[in-house]
Amino acid sequence: MTEPHHLRRVVVIWLIASLIITPLICFLLAPALPPGAGSVEASGQGTDNTVLFALSTPVALAVLVYFAYVLVVFRERDPAAMLEGPAVRGHAGIQLWWIVVTAAIVLSLAAYGSVRLLADGAGGGQGPNPIAKPNAPAGSGGPLQVQVIAQQWRFTYRWPAYGGVETPSLELPTNRLIVFHVTSLDVIHSFWAYQLGVKADANPGLDNIAYVTTKGPMNFDIHCAELCGVWHGYMFDTGHVVSSADFATWIAQQARRFAPATRSLPPYSKTYFPEPQRRAG
Amino acid sequence: MSAIAAPADARRPAWRGLIGFNLLTGIVLAIVGYIFGRWIGTLIHAPSIDYFADIGENDIAILLGYLFGVIGFLVGLGFANYPIRRLLGHPPTLAEHEDEGLGIARYFRLCTDHKVVGIQYMVGIGVFFFVGGLNAMLIRTELLQPNVHVFGPNQYLTLVGMHGAMMMGMMTSVILGPFANWLVPLMIGSRRMAYPRIEAFTFWLLMAAGVVLVTTIFFGGFQTGWTGYTPLGIQNTAGYDAYIGFFALVGVSMCLLGFNLLATIITMRAPGMTWSRLPIFVWSVAATAVLMLLAAPMLVATLLMAAFDRTIQTGFFLPGVGGSGFLFQNLFWVFGHPEVYIVALPGFGIVLELLPVFARKPLWGYRVAVAGLLGVSFLSFFVWQHHLFVSGINADLRPFYMLSTELISLPTGFIFLCAMGTVWRGRIRFTVPMLFCLGWVFNFLFGGISGVFLSDVPSDVTTHGTFFTMAHFHYTIMGGLVFTFFAAVYYWVPKMFGFRFNERLAKIHFWSLFLAFNSTFAPLFAAGLLGMPRRVVTYPTSLQGINIWVSVSAFVIGLSMLVFLVNVVWSLLIKREPCEPNPWHSRSIEWQLPTPVPVNDFDEFPVFDADPYPYGEPAALPAPTPATGAA
Repeated sequence: MTEPHHLRRVVVIWLIASLIITPLICFLLAPALPPGAGSVEASGQGTDNTVLFALSTPVALAVLVYFAYVLVVFRERDPAAMLEGPAVRGHAGIQLWWIVVTAAIVLSLAAYGSVRLLADGAGGGQGPNPIAKPNAPAGSGGPLQVQVIAQQWRFTYRWPAYGGVETPSLELPTNRLIVFHVTSLDVIHSFWAYQLGVKADANPGLDNIAYVTTKGPMNFDIHCAELCGVWHGYMFDTGHVVSSADFATWIAQQARRFAPATRSLPPYSKTYFPEPQRRAG
Repeated sequence: MSAIAAPADARRPAWRGLIGFNLLTGIVLAIVGYIFGRWIGTLIHAPSIDYFADIGENDIAILLGYLFGVIGFLVGLGFANYPIRRLLGHPPTLAEHEDEGLGIARYFRLCTDHKVVGIQYMVGIGVFFFVGGLNAMLIRTELLQPNVHVFGPNQYLTLVGMHGAMMMGMMTSVILGPFANWLVPLMIGSRRMAYPRIEAFTFWLLMAAGVVLVTTIFFGGFQTGWTGYTPLGIQNTAGYDAYIGFFALVGVSMCLLGFNLLATIITMRAPGMTWSRLPIFVWSVAATAVLMLLAAPMLVATLLMAAFDRTIQTGFFLPGVGGSGFLFQNLFWVFGHPEVYIVALPGFGIVLELLPVFARKPLWGYRVAVAGLLGVSFLSFFVWQHHLFVSGINADLRPFYMLSTELISLPTGFIFLCAMGTVWRGRIRFTVPMLFCLGWVFNFLFGGISGVFLSDVPSDVTTHGTFFTMAHFHYTIMGGLVFTFFAAVYYWVPKMFGFRFNERLAKIHFWSLFLAFNSTFAPLFAAGLLGMPRRVVTYPTSLQGINIWVSVSAFVIGLSMLVFLVNVVWSLLIKREPCEPNPWHSRSIEWQLPTPVPVNDFDEFPVFDADPYPYGEPAALPAPTPATGAA
């Protein structure tokens, strides 16, 4: 009885499995993954997910197929016989190739991620001096600055371009580059606009900037994504992306409605240093 | 544990055994010390801290209470005796208690026998492991409904914090404590650790830490999770003092444990035990010990600063008075990321140690495996800011941290390569320890691959701080550490305690744990992607289906752990079957010793002339005795 060529069989099974499963995951699962295509940055995250799936699925399948094959084919059929396997202690060629291939995969992943990150910031908080600044869509009227002020336990929004009015809810115009300036008045929070693909921690005394380019009208969920105390779980809200005309109406209405409050607010600033914090009673 | 009583005890009345330096005295002195510390604390007054009177709690008194309580506990156990004796001019001695017989009493006092400390660790950590697991069950009970129904948000967050702190604090030593202390001296041919008193000290300190953490429930709990971020932590009520005390004590214990293990491995190896013959488990212990030694002091310093912020108003971490929350985050994760490899690396070692035994082949690619362990250990110091990708800290360094984080998958890949090479053309035996090792392969594969998504900043923006992250680290830590811990339990406990586990119950334990584990945590990836942040007590009703599924699966994990407890009680107490010296036909030295292992380990020091994996080489060692149905 001739011994079958086990390694060739494993490779063939892996190739077939990868050729079937990888496209299924990349073309069916990955595009359906959150955060969806609600903004340019959210779509970009989707692209990243697809690329990561395309690379990691064959790797995972290689390990799974290999172990499944080995456990079935090389299982001990006669435990009482106390037979032992060959005393093989390594193979320089295989070890070298493994290192080369995995290093190539890892380095290309890191390079790809960096290029993607530096292109538009991917919706993440970049601190006070962002390095990845996306361009505003043509004819959209430049970036719109929105300050997100977090405190225990709610978000409010301040609009420097509209007289520094502070609104309790968030509406954004379509097809516009939004610049979120996220800050906090007490502890660390995290502003997460889920379907927009935006997440930026809110630190007291720090202006954390995140960019997002909106697309069409939609609703999006806002959560606090950093544990901020007892009512952290209740720190959520719904925001809206609306047409430019609707946004103009809304913000004008808000400015009128909150005009008395705006007069008593401190002047607009990148950060608001609260009173030095002490222990809560 | 031997039932043989020490001869000296036979002539004394039984109650006399309770008097002396032991656990009972330790508890009494701990209470005395605590009361003393609280009293001292109330005497300290200064204009800047007198607001304690307004808020009705005095953190100085509470922290001093913990400090003196722990000191009292250690003095009561007898840790002060030897230093005082040396100060009084007595000559140095070793191992006071090794000659006090084999009775069960030595498990309740300072004992410097590395095998006793290993078993103390196993039982002590095991108790806290089940407390932490019970917290998880309560968390999942609360999450059965999208609104608050069993616990209030404060109790819920305290449970979350206690579960996290218990599992990430106490469980850092869950393999190194029991197995490294017990095995490393045997494996390298030494009769003891380099510093036997420090070895015992790390154990009792860890137990004191666990009790300190549990006392948080008397002070209103803490709402920060195990990460304890400030300024929230500074704002918390007195329960956070328990968190500080707990984690600082754990840090000291970890640091000393790592120091002791490293010193032992470097200096106590028997003749012939060269670095290239060291069992791979010992290499993994060495790699972990380096991390513990270097990372834990960072944690202790951080918590000391937080304690100063809360008591004497220093403001290290308080924005507005010159401090920064980023400082805490940086310091915490400089410790915290090496720490997650502290819990992962020993698992790698156990898998690579056990696969050769059950594939009946030498370890494939020994040098690559060592490079993998050391590589993970080294790189883990350079990745910590991937926890802070969207925090706004130093955003231009994100490409670097993305690269360093993804580079860690290289040495981790080495471990997989060696595991894959070892099983190839082996004669694979599906024993219970082997099943747990294979469970590790499956779980850690998915844990690692989900980690790639988290290390890529664009993907991380959505998944950061959600249940996706939580599922990822449960796959690596529970799927990695806990599975390998049980592999080690089923593999080595027969040697340590001299009994055999009921195999049917053990297999039920594995399969129910493996299936329920995946059924619990795989859906949590989806919950995170669908927009559920971590540590929330409430969630959208659309996610209730997935949460009920997860909770029920988690309860099955709990039941599966009960099966394990039943197995322990059954096999140890009810139907005890003695274990033969080498049921697995291992070639490693600890299995060549009699069961139970004698107090002195070896009659004469062994001399090594090969690594412990000479499988398939008939000339290497005498053939093992024929199988007697051991599986």
